[in-house]
Amino acid sequence: MTFKKSMTMASAAVLSLAVASAASAESLTVVSWGGAYTKSQVEAYHKPWTKKTGASVVSEDYNGGIAEIKAQVEAGNVTWDVVDVELSDAVRACDEGLAEEIDPAILPAAPDGTPAMSDFIEGSVTDCAIPSIVWSTIYAYDSSVMSNGPKTISDFFDTANFPGKRGMRKSPKANLEMALAADGVAPGDIYEVLSTDAGVDRAFAKLDTIKDDVIWWEAGAQPPQLLADGEVVMTTAYNGRIFNAVASEDKPFEIVWDAQVYDLDLFIIPKGSKNKQLALDFIAFSTDTQRLADQASYISYGPARKSSAPLVGSFHSKPSLAMGPQMPTAPDNFKTAIQNDFEWWADNQDEMNERFNAWLAN
Amino acid sequence: MSDTRILAADGTPLKKKLAQSMFRTKLRAFGLVCPLLALIISAFVLPILFMLSAAVYDDSYSSLMPESTTAMQEWDGESPITEAMAAAMVSDLIRARENKDIGKVANRVNREYSGATSLFKSTSRSAKKFEPPYLEALLAKDKDWNDKELWQGIKIASNTYTLGYIANAIDMRAKATGGFEPQDELRQIHITLFIRTIEISFIVTVACLLLGYPVAYLMANLPLRTSNLLLILVLMPFWTSLLVRTTAWIAMLQGQGVMNDLFVAFGVANDEDRFSLIYNKTGTLIAMTHIMLPFMIMPLYSVMKTISPAYVRAAKSMGATNWTAFWKVYFPQSVPGIGAGSLLVFILAIGYYITPALVGGQDGQMISNIIDFHMRKSLNWNLAAALGFVLLVFVLFFFWIYDRVVGIDNMKLG
Repeated sequence: MTFKKSMTMASAAVLSLAVASAASAESLTVVSWGGAYTKSQVEAYHKPWTKKTGASVVSEDYNGGIAEIKAQVEAGNVTWDVVDVELSDAVRACDEGLAEEIDPAILPAAPDGTPAMSDFIEGSVTDCAIPSIVWSTIYAYDSSVMSNGPKTISDFFDTANFPGKRGMRKSPKANLEMALAADGVAPGDIYEVLSTDAGVDRAFAKLDTIKDDVIWWEAGAQPPQLLADGEVVMTTAYNGRIFNAVASEDKPFEIVWDAQVYDLDLFIIPKGSKNKQLALDFIAFSTDTQRLADQASYISYGPARKSSAPLVGSFHSKPSLAMGPQMPTAPDNFKTAIQNDFEWWADNQDEMNERFNAWLAN
Repeated sequence: MSDTRILAADGTPLKKKLAQSMFRTKLRAFGLVCPLLALIISAFVLPILFMLSAAVYDDSYSSLMPESTTAMQEWDGESPITEAMAAAMVSDLIRARENKDIGKVANRVNREYSGATSLFKSTSRSAKKFEPPYLEALLAKDKDWNDKELWQGIKIASNTYTLGYIANAIDMRAKATGGFEPQDELRQIHITLFIRTIEISFIVTVACLLLGYPVAYLMANLPLRTSNLLLILVLMPFWTSLLVRTTAWIAMLQGQGVMNDLFVAFGVANDEDRFSLIYNKTGTLIAMTHIMLPFMIMPLYSVMKTISPAYVRAAKSMGATNWTAFWKVYFPQSVPGIGAGSLLVFILAIGYYITPALVGGQDGQMISNIIDFHMRKSLNWNLAAALGFVLLVFVLFFFWIYDRVVGIDNMKLG
């Protein structure tokens, strides 16, 4: 090999490296919860956005929580650009300086001209996070196993009339609320009762009544699987996951909406993201009225903008299945809904987690 | 005595000459291991030391709230709250708000006093408008500032060097007035989990030994062709991904799984009342024993391979029964393998985490699962470090016991 030839090859290698890094600068890493939910985001947000901007989206899965973001920010090596988080985590990430602040001025107005700030659900746009969906923790059962199925949250805790294993998320969140609701506390009073020691004792006492019958799950994809395998007769779950099993896989699952605990999912940008401008563009695009409505045709999570509701159509592969009544926010489903109180959880999660873990282990 | 010294060919004393050449050999040996040593120090020892330091070092309050830290350190933890403490607090709150550090401070105090998160955040929002006397301004903002337990929590949080996390790791809690007290009974969990971790590890080790010893014996004593086949059967699961093996156990043991279907088919269990073999301690024990088995069999096998069959033959020729020949002659020679295998399995088991996380349910969880919880979910890395420290102490303790009882020199990996 001549000297000239090897120089040419070397420079070609350098050039291809440069091209590769230029290409990767135009790619955005978006992190979400995986499964049917990520799929809905890929269809409704990622693909149209790639079409519009030409930048590609790398989709990664995680299981919630802000530990990975914290690790990346503290190590100074942020590889995630946009992360889909729960409200309490969004607030915490912002408080701890782990998320970039987002100027709400980048958000487009609704088609009828309503400014974005009044179009989103009240108080849902926070300093660092832009909401996309309303999701809910509900419980569901297999109607082919139980023809005369449970109707209320009390039935979930009633092992005499509805015997069998139950699935629950391995976390005090939503479980304490549901336990109190089953014990007769009105949806509006849940957190007031939980704020007293006696109230917390009462919630744990109610959980105690079914402790031996519970299989604990951690990832959102587990509960539909547990139901399908016949491991549990009923399980708490994220409503979209159950909907997806019913709509796409024709599973005979029924959702019980009584005492559903609803919450928001929001987009944040980890502090120090190398693609901040691109990430902002992605978030503004994905949370506009049309995109949020589109997403709702892939999974039954309610759009966070009021103007999206009238645009919500039917399930993408089943025109006969209207999405409106499947939403947590549909009037029939919403009567006894409990809103997750992120401030209460921010104050009490350390203590509740410790107590829950201790309760579980003993 | 100097005239009796032995000299080398060039006249230098032999002792010195030997030392010189030994030094060169040692230097070369050191040079050869140097890259590995550097890797171990930079990628293993330093990160561990760094992590362990988090168990006793926490400046998240003291670095962000300096004035209040000074004031809290002067306070005895019992006497009434003074205006100076309140003034320092207000001034720090204003600064923390401006620097956007208030969330970190609030979350730190919240670990000691539930409710501090919202209290600190809401107070810091209006702190700029406060007028002296600051103590009254704080009380006017929120009556929780009157709670001595809050200030005691702040005092504990303001300690940069603290034994509080290690105390937490053994279900104790630091007191603001100094010393420690037992943790609230409803929040005690770590001791239970440490005991359970040791119990599970011990049972798994014994089970592996009972199951692995005959297999290793067969492998060492059968003709080569058969024993190679056995070896492959032992190694096959070893080469399969840990996750795959654990998930396979879920499919085998779950309520509607293979084992339960068999039990129902043979009438051992009835269909409505199937055995709970997974998502509990039983599941953890079964899956971990299976996964650890090769770690027991391999050291046993390599030791047994070196035991000459001549000894057992000799014993038998002198009239020993099969059992006596095995127990008095063969078994003692295999003890180094038992020691190595047991220590390996026990120490691997004590820090085990993926398998209990997947199949452990509620009573099959081990201490590493709580460490994982504090690393990933609660973000209390200091407590995670403290738990890791206690676990390390346990491992070293068992290592020491082992050395005293069996002797580390008796351990043989082959």
